[in-house]
Amino acid sequence: MIETVVSKELPVDECLRIRKQRVEPLVMTGNEKRISIVTGTHGDELEGQFVCYELLRRINEKKEYLKGIVDVYPALNPLGVDSITRGIPMFDLDMNRVFPGDEEGPMVETIAKEVVEDLRGSDFCFDIHASNIFLNEMPQIRINEITADTLVPLAKLTNIDLVWVHVSATVLESTLAYSLNSIGVPTLVVEMGVGMRITKEFGYQLVDGILNLMKQKGLWDGPVASVKEPIISSDRAVGYINAGTSGIYVPKCQIGDIVKEGDVLGEVLDPLSGVVAEEVISPIDGMIFTRREYPVVYTGSLLGRVLGGA
Amino acid sequence: MKKETIYAIPSPYREDLKITGYRFGSGKKSACIVGAIRGNEMQQLYICSQLIQKLTELEEKGSIVTDHEILVIPSVEHHSMNIGKRFWSVDNTDINRMFPGYDQGETTQRIANGVFEQIKDYHYGIQFASFYLPGDFIPHVRMMETGRQSTSLANLFGLPYVVLRKTKPIDTTTLNYNWQMWNCNAFSIYSNKTDTINEESARQAVAAVLRFLMRMGIIRYNSHSGYIATIIEESNLAVVRTNAGGIYRRLKSAGEEVKMGDLLAEIIHPYEGYVISGILAPCNGIIFFSHEKPLVTENEIVYKIIKRLHE
Repeated sequence: MIETVVSKELPVDECLRIRKQRVEPLVMTGNEKRISIVTGTHGDELEGQFVCYELLRRINEKKEYLKGIVDVYPALNPLGVDSITRGIPMFDLDMNRVFPGDEEGPMVETIAKEVVEDLRGSDFCFDIHASNIFLNEMPQIRINEITADTLVPLAKLTNIDLVWVHVSATVLESTLAYSLNSIGVPTLVVEMGVGMRITKEFGYQLVDGILNLMKQKGLWDGPVASVKEPIISSDRAVGYINAGTSGIYVPKCQIGDIVKEGDVLGEVLDPLSGVVAEEVISPIDGMIFTRREYPVVYTGSLLGRVLGGA
Repeated sequence: MKKETIYAIPSPYREDLKITGYRFGSGKKSACIVGAIRGNEMQQLYICSQLIQKLTELEEKGSIVTDHEILVIPSVEHHSMNIGKRFWSVDNTDINRMFPGYDQGETTQRIANGVFEQIKDYHYGIQFASFYLPGDFIPHVRMMETGRQSTSLANLFGLPYVVLRKTKPIDTTTLNYNWQMWNCNAFSIYSNKTDTINEESARQAVAAVLRFLMRMGIIRYNSHSGYIATIIEESNLAVVRTNAGGIYRRLKSAGEEVKMGDLLAEIIHPYEGYVISGILAPCNGIIFFSHEKPLVTENEIVYKIIKRLHE
């Protein structure tokens, strides 16, 4: 059943509509738990689109196994997804920096408020992101340290490669996940793949994990794939690799590679002079979990991240 | 006046981004003035250019008070300005959401850090800023309510209004907020325009800064006393929204006094030309903000009104 969560009239002959698909068990008891799958907050992150499709396809195929309510929101920012725009077109602020929204605020903040109200009451939520067009991410769940006790056990059920518990930052209090966790909706932020692309294997991997979590929590009683044990980052160093100069970055490593401190991970090239402007080396021993995909770099551009001790 | 590059970062295909500072006087770091941090802040750039001209004249006349240094940075984001973008030309990040920056971080964090390291120790920090809603404002001084703000100091600019904004999480990475955290008295000055130049408003902004510098004993200058400002809490402004989308016909502008029930604007059907909706003033007062674009969506803020205030 497709429902419209938010509808706002645009200037000329069109409405901005945020829609969700609700799937309910064949037989309702009235005590069903509810899981929400949210994505498309950033219009250039598309990995979640395949997850929505694949999850709904599998549930619809075996609906007799469904014991909970599943709400799927493929596009919180439909104008952005439709126009290859990361933010909300014609609005300055990142949509994931205006939560929990404000009914007295600008239109986008009122939309954020309505979205949060619609998600309120979910027992679990996945907020699926895909890095951006610049970086490729190993499938991971990012958890603010203040919610780690609740969320790390859930994240372990999701077939993800890595759980990154990060320090709290005030500016992140305006994210959807922070807002939902604050109102008692345990929300897992997934980062995987790269912007503007679909990585099907990552999509299958996460759908296996979502179904596993649903099974463990009583929302699904069909067969599920066995899930992997994620690496938990909380007691490990993260090495950041930033460009030391500008140019064209050509990596020599892959996501998941195990590297040693000092290993060459790629080169920043100068196409005008035909020389290597910078040899990019790993700052620590560990595993590459972020790799730059977009070649043009400035000084400071993030080229990768290495998880220490992996 | 000393002109110098305060921060530079190489670009792969363009000239280096060089951020230029103009220093007047010498001695204590008294006042820093920052212009365009976003690529469409042409009015803010223009105001700084006019201010630099004035300060150059004053310095030549010996009117910068001994042991006071003023730094003016007219533009941070001209790489975007030169190609018609508001935010950082590569990844569309907003440098004014990157403070205090990080010297080992991403490019815009490094730029913010490079600038902030040069400006954080000034006693007074003044930014010509722009708002994230498109429209006209009454010129005003805006301050974050961090507990360290001083409205009495803000009053010394002599602009008609001082606006206090309750800090939201997203504000914690702006220049104004971080200046305050570094014990700088920080003020954001809003002229009525951003991406077009308005001479009258620019003159008013330049005069406000010179008046402030004079009152702080940093320059010798004679100026009109300006206004005794009305202090406004942003959260107390009456918000007026659209109830439909369409072509927007603005009937009242920022600064006008209105009565409850006055027709402020009309929304016109985009194909058939009839009036879909009339937007009425919800209270008596003075218009503080007015939307100016030709189109509106439903539920968009088109006016903010200072309630129960008369001219």
